[in-house]
Amino acid sequence: MPNKQEPLLKAVGLTKEFGFGRQKTLAVAGVDIELKEGEVITIVGESGSGKTTFAKMILGLIAPTGGEIYFQGQLRDISTYKKKLEYWKNIQAIFQDPYSAYNIFHKIDSVLMDCIRMRGGGNLPHKEKVKMMTEACSFVNLKFEELTNKYPFELSGGQMQRLMIARIFLLDPKILIADEITSMIDACSRATILDMLMELRDKIGMTVIFITHDVGLAYYVSDKVYIMEKGLFVESGTPDEVILHPKEPYTKRLISDVPKIYEEWDLSTV
Amino acid sequence: MKHTIREIFHSPKFLVGFSIFMFILLVVIFYPLFVTAEPLEIIGKGTFFEPGIYVNVYDGVNSKQYTLNLDDAAEKRIASKLGDQERLDMQEWLLSFGIPEEEIDIYDTEKLIELWENNYDRSIRFPGMTSARQKYFGRLNTSLAGLLSTEGIVLAAENQETGELESTGIIEQTNYLNVGQVANVRVLPLGTDNFGRDMLTELVSATGTSLKIGFIAGSIATMIGLTLGLLAGYIGGWVDDIIMFFTNLFTVIPSIVLLILISYSIGQEQRGAVTVAVVIGFTSWVWTTRAVRAQVISLRHRDHVNLSKLSGHSVGHIIVHDILPYIASYVVMAFILQISSGILAEAGLSILGLGPKTTDVPTLGLMMNWAMIYSAHIMGKWWAYFPVIVVIALVSFSMNLMNTGLDQVFNPALRE
Ligand SMILES: Nc1ncnc2c1ncn2[C@@H]1O[C@H](COP(=O)(O)OP(=O)(O)OP(=O)(O)O)[C@@H](O)[C@H]1O
Ligand SMILES: [Mg+2]
Repeated sequence: MPNKQEPLLKAVGLTKEFGFGRQKTLAVAGVDIELKEGEVITIVGESGSGKTTFAKMILGLIAPTGGEIYFQGQLRDISTYKKKLEYWKNIQAIFQDPYSAYNIFHKIDSVLMDCIRMRGGGNLPHKEKVKMMTEACSFVNLKFEELTNKYPFELSGGQMQRLMIARIFLLDPKILIADEITSMIDACSRATILDMLMELRDKIGMTVIFITHDVGLAYYVSDKVYIMEKGLFVESGTPDEVILHPKEPYTKRLISDVPKIYEEWDLSTV
Repeated sequence: MKHTIREIFHSPKFLVGFSIFMFILLVVIFYPLFVTAEPLEIIGKGTFFEPGIYVNVYDGVNSKQYTLNLDDAAEKRIASKLGDQERLDMQEWLLSFGIPEEEIDIYDTEKLIELWENNYDRSIRFPGMTSARQKYFGRLNTSLAGLLSTEGIVLAAENQETGELESTGIIEQTNYLNVGQVANVRVLPLGTDNFGRDMLTELVSATGTSLKIGFIAGSIATMIGLTLGLLAGYIGGWVDDIIMFFTNLFTVIPSIVLLILISYSIGQEQRGAVTVAVVIGFTSWVWTTRAVRAQVISLRHRDHVNLSKLSGHSVGHIIVHDILPYIASYVVMAFILQISSGILAEAGLSILGLGPKTTDVPTLGLMMNWAMIYSAHIMGKWWAYFPVIVVIALVSFSMNLMNTGLDQVFNPALRE
């Protein structure tokens, strides 16, 4: 990864405070991050440490209460609907809970159709669209013909997350934020889904922000790991630095919380 | 969707409420097809005719007569003229006249009448007796005349040439007529009201008008409440602040006070049923706004909304596709409640004399108002107000029942 490259995305002093007065929670307490094109970074932290909040600020879904975000070297401006649309062509996400991420009143085709329209393919002949959707579905091992006229909630959790990957396949964004996309999935589908995502990354060259509390995953896939504790990045660096030689006690605890995986990759690194 | 509808109709509460409501609705729709009379037509000369079958006497006399020898006919005839109350009244008069109490046996009909006939004098007015009371005894006396006789009634007509009365026939005590053969029979199942109008026809028409008022008021309130709630909840910020300011303002002023003030200032003549409905609608959107806003706030940070944003949808699209369907069940429920509370609000206003103008159409509230003004409740004319109360209660009850049914179906689904 070339180092001198200008960061694709940069956040400086990013802060989010929820609520007022007594009920105030500092979900993200001023974090800096730099993301270079093509990089895969991972944010690891325990539940409630502010990972999702951070991701949603980067996505522009919630407004930060402090700090700046730079996209492609410029201060991000998403003040109008048009600008947001432009931004979201570049940055997309897959959410934690597939069961709540779909509109239960919309059929699967409409989810994929939206992506084609967003890429400017709204006026393509229907046949063309079906071809694109079929291709996207087959990439994640789903049969589009079987899915038309189905609702997302009629799929399994794993299938729903795969459909989300198909969505990204069609959208072809520069940056993808994958927020604990396997935490609600059984262990078997987990590996498949991660494989598919990494394959997609290689195919379209996305920059990926993984969010997880799975230290093993972080070690395997990422170029850089950020450890998040109570809204702050307490430690960051390459997986080797952070996970094999953790300095912070919090990081050590995170690692010891998943002893099995630790042993596994400890062996594999020998 | 289909599944939900099936589930709704499997909910016993909803079904009961729905059936009652549909029954009322069907009666309102089909009754006027069979009874085409004007609901406000005054047919009775006098107030508060009792419910019953009214047979035209003239036609009755002139219709075919049958002889039936029934044993208990005489007994019944006496009983109907001489009830317990009449007997006690006679006793009262006789006592005042000075007959010793031992001599009066009010259960010996023959003796009682004899005693009465021997002593009663129309002109006597005891000290402390009102003239109305004196007249009452006069009427009682007339109705007793010939009670024990077995003679028939002679019909007489004036001879056109001589000008003399000539007997044209006799109605025996054993004579009967077949109601079906009498040309003019009017059934007044609920009697007449204070103006002499057929209560049932009026009640059906009033129910229709009240439902219409409820529907208009409910639609307006729901539309306003939904729009404001969606805007406040989804857009938030200063839009929310402004909307909530007005909502709170309307919350602290009870809507009935507003209603009274507005209705009063509009004036009796301008207040048609629709105007009243609109006024009710414009003063009762508050809690729909609050409920919708709360729902929307909990929805707007859901991931399916986020996904929709990320898919490039506009605010309008998101509200229509990602928010509205999720709160649709709540809105339907709010709508039903608004209809029923609109009907109640009209009734309340009309009882206070601030309802629609009284010359146009009857409403349930107006009927209550009339019954009250003419003291139907004091005079025991139950048919003038009780059926109205029953209809109001049934409409309100059926709607609330439907609502509870819907609640049971929708809520677990939303919480899942
Ligand atoms: N909309 C909100 N209003 C108030 N507080 C919030 C809101 N969203 C998140 N928080 C708070 O911010 C903190 C961080 O939440 P966040 O969802 O970012 O955690 P997370 O790291 O994603 O956790 P998990 O691993 O469980 O998903 C939590 O304490 C949470 O209670
Ligand atoms: Mg999270």
